[in-house]
Amino acid sequence: MNLADIINPNNLVYEKPKLLTENTMHYCPGCSHGVVHKLLAEVILDLDIQEKTIGVSPVGCAVFAYNYIEIDWQEAAHGRAPAVATGIARCNPDKVVFTYQGDGDLASIGAAEILHACNRGENIVVIFVNNGIYGMTGGQMAPTTLIGQVTATTPNGRDAGRNGYPLKITELIAQLPGTSYVTRQSVHTPASIRKCKKAISKAFQAAIDKKGTSFVEVVSTCNMNWKLSPVKANEWMVDNMFPFYQPGDLKDSTKTDPASYTPLKN
Amino acid sequence: MAKVIGAVVVDNEECKGCGLCVVACPQDALSQNKQVNGRGYHYSFMKNPQACIGCSNCATVCPDSCIVVYRVKINEVRTEPVLVS
Ligand SMILES: Cc1ncc(C[n+]2csc(CCOP(=O)(O)OP(=O)(O)O)c2C)c(N)n1
Ligand code: SF4
Ligand code: SF4
Ligand code: SF4
Ligand SMILES: [Mg+2]
Repeated sequence: MNLADIINPNNLVYEKPKLLTENTMHYCPGCSHGVVHKLLAEVILDLDIQEKTIGVSPVGCAVFAYNYIEIDWQEAAHGRAPAVATGIARCNPDKVVFTYQGDGDLASIGAAEILHACNRGENIVVIFVNNGIYGMTGGQMAPTTLIGQVTATTPNGRDAGRNGYPLKITELIAQLPGTSYVTRQSVHTPASIRKCKKAISKAFQAAIDKKGTSFVEVVSTCNMNWKLSPVKANEWMVDNMFPFYQPGDLKDSTKTDPASYTPLKN
Repeated sequence: MAKVIGAVVVDNEECKGCGLCVVACPQDALSQNKQVNGRGYHYSFMKNPQACIGCSNCATVCPDSCIVVYRVKINEVRTEPVLVS
């Protein structure tokens, strides 16, 4: 059998999801953002909710996310995506609303917005891409930067005495009664990508079912500012990020109605 | 016994030469081209097309969604005679 016989539409098993636009992504080669975008496109297609999904894009490298996934979008000011999403979700209860945020956006300047949106149990999905650094602005320390990690603003490595401690904001968020599903995933191997897709799908289903806030952290790489090749960046992430940001579900009450609070019935 | 044969098509111009597909391939079927594409990237290609089993691992990890995967199942030709009663 020759190649021409195999390369035939009848034998197609994987192609670019139809919800991704023809635009070439502006991300650096090997950036995790591209994989997360692809999973979002696949999940939205699988759930057949493209006509009613509204994304809120952040300030950070993913600021142009709206150029890549063919749904409705709103760009928010730095860190304010959860507040913007709150307004959209409350005014449009028939829509499925999600924010897409980096760790600088979500855990630093937008820490108040995310904590209160999650504590209110807004019916939104939060996609949190944690690459431990401010990617867009040239690799400054983020709240999530690990102890000892070298960044543009911690040239000798993050020092707890001077720079404080890395923030496990996902663990904080899992404590809040407004959240129903809180998970930490990654997209560095085929298996982890398939698992992450299931998690994103579950999070969107929870929003459709009005279960309150669902939160998916994706431990990610910023190979450009980590100054590593994409392959080495994934290895560095596994060796250094995973021991601190351990992948897995932190909370799942999507099946049971949490008795301790009343989610917004909007 | 059924056997699977795969093939991938890389969009040479969209590929950013990140190399993630190369390490994700369990069959060592892919490699980065010594030549560069229009944007200066060492795009990925099938260096060993016979090895591909169409598992989609390469396409799954590609951040720029530039790999399309095909797979066919073929029945291996029976060599031993079949007894008919
Ligand atoms: C109000 C305001 N303050 C600061 C900035 C500068 N700024 C742009 S992106 C960014 C951080 C981005 O980091 P992150 O959210 O982790 O996203 P990444 O690029 O790593 O995906 C900062 C501080 C800004 N644009 N607006
Ligand atoms: S700077 Fe980092 S986060 Fe931004 S596109 Fe490049 S690799 Fe991705
Ligand atoms: S489909 Fe699987 S075997 Fe074929 S090139 Fe891709 S990763 Fe390798
Ligand atoms: S993963 Fe995609 S962008 Fe990276 S080298 Fe392979 S085909 Fe090119
Ligand atoms: Mg970041």
